[in-house]
Amino acid sequence: MPTPASNRALPAPQVDPTNKPYFDAAREGRLLIGLCKDTGKHFWYPRGASPFTLSNNVELVPAQGTGTVYTYTVMRTKEPYCVAYVELDEGVRVFTNIVDCDLDTVRIGMKVRVVFKPTTADGPPATMFAPV
Amino acid sequence: MSLSGKAYIVGAFEHPTRKADNQSVAQLHAEVAYGALQDAGLTKDDVDGFFCTGAAPGLGPLNMADYLGLTKLRHMDSTDVGGSSYVLHVGHALEAVALGLCNVALVTLAGRPRAEAMATGTAPRTWGANVPDDPFEMPYGRTVANAYAMVAQRHMYEFGTTSEQLAWIKVAASQHAQWNEHAMLRKVVTVEDVVNSPMISDPLHRLDCCVISDGGGALVITRPEIAKSLKRPLVKIKGHGEATKNQNAGYTDLTFSAARWSGPRAFEEAGVKPADIQYASIYDSFTITVLVQLEDLGFCEKGQGGKFVADGNLISGVGKLPFNTDGGGLCNNHPANRGGMTKVIEAVRQIRGEAHPKVQVPNCTLALAHGTGGLLGTRHGSATVILERE
Repeated sequence: MPTPASNRALPAPQVDPTNKPYFDAAREGRLLIGLCKDTGKHFWYPRGASPFTLSNNVELVPAQGTGTVYTYTVMRTKEPYCVAYVELDEGVRVFTNIVDCDLDTVRIGMKVRVVFKPTTADGPPATMFAPV
Repeated sequence: MSLSGKAYIVGAFEHPTRKADNQSVAQLHAEVAYGALQDAGLTKDDVDGFFCTGAAPGLGPLNMADYLGLTKLRHMDSTDVGGSSYVLHVGHALEAVALGLCNVALVTLAGRPRAEAMATGTAPRTWGANVPDDPFEMPYGRTVANAYAMVAQRHMYEFGTTSEQLAWIKVAASQHAQWNEHAMLRKVVTVEDVVNSPMISDPLHRLDCCVISDGGGALVITRPEIAKSLKRPLVKIKGHGEATKNQNAGYTDLTFSAARWSGPRAFEEAGVKPADIQYASIYDSFTITVLVQLEDLGFCEKGQGGKFVADGNLISGVGKLPFNTDGGGLCNNHPANRGGMTKVIEAVRQIRGEAHPKVQVPNCTLALAHGTGGLLGTRHGSATVILERE
């Protein structure tokens, strides 16, 4: 029996002065990730200091929005949902949900692409992934 | 500078309750503190060092020190690394006692999540206000259970670990819990019982998860001279190590824990090897927690944990590495959602020869207690202590 992704209400992320540009881009349907300009390496999650050098020489840059499932689990609650880490093609692993599919078909290594899903109280959308 | 053997655990007490309908958290702290001091043969006015965590009511150690009437404190430590805190506190107390910062350290833990009907593992929980990772996780329903489940899923993918192998960990815990009159789950279970129990978060079933229980525990740690003046068997703190693991800037590797770092530090200080350990208390929030830590502590090779735990290898009197002989968090007790305290307490019982006769390791002179607190794989504290009978 398939387990369709539920339409559970998603709590809005807490926007703060540092993460606001990320969530503003998400409202426009664009996925950004952190870039350390000291080292040229991407990082996740977005932050105001490089986790490689601790300097503030960082910026948000567009990601392709495609990746593969690194690991996942389906929470067997009343409204089941699939939590996952998706490895973006840029290399970082993002905590997310897999949606728009039968959750019982999700597998490690599955190719996925970003989709944005509305959150409650007009919050910025959540960055989720669906099978390609 | 090695601190090996420069402090002893002289008092240990586990609260017998598993559902504290009639006691406040503060009262539970008082009851475990009194129990551990009675066990040691000391009084609260001997205490000049106090250790607790953010789970204690109030600001750091202040409100509990006030409630308990601790008036002689000259050293305090409220380091909070979740369930591993109380193992870490043993190490910090060793440091403090060895440096002369205090003579008698008291460590307390108490809580009542069961009486408060807390959905510990399955309800999304925030880290708190202004925590920068929360906006990138809370919309996605992060829970304790799904964080650990994703570790298990990846472990199965990389190493071929099976649900049946994980189930053996619960089976071993239940074999021990049947002898513990205070254990929440005393029924002996089989591998089939575990894998046929309802799925909580794939691949973890209900019986892969620990209990939610009230209660607490306390420890008393002191200088060698004082320990030798008391009447209890001598439990020497022979080594300790601590570490944390994080998300590595997004290059997250879920296959190992910080036990990979805290374990070798403890073994080096103690001057012993994993093969020398006769009894191990291993943090068991979930079955997968035990498996990953056993690998990282060096009891088996990385990826071989499934084979190591199978066929009763963790059962006292049956296998090579008796673990959690009180039934552990999986069957006995996980007070305040923090299992590090009871890990140390059962290791002390084993070293003293005071575990239940059915699970006591014969002539147990060297034991290990290990805790993981927070989210396995991504953000956790890790603490290892090695105890020796003198």
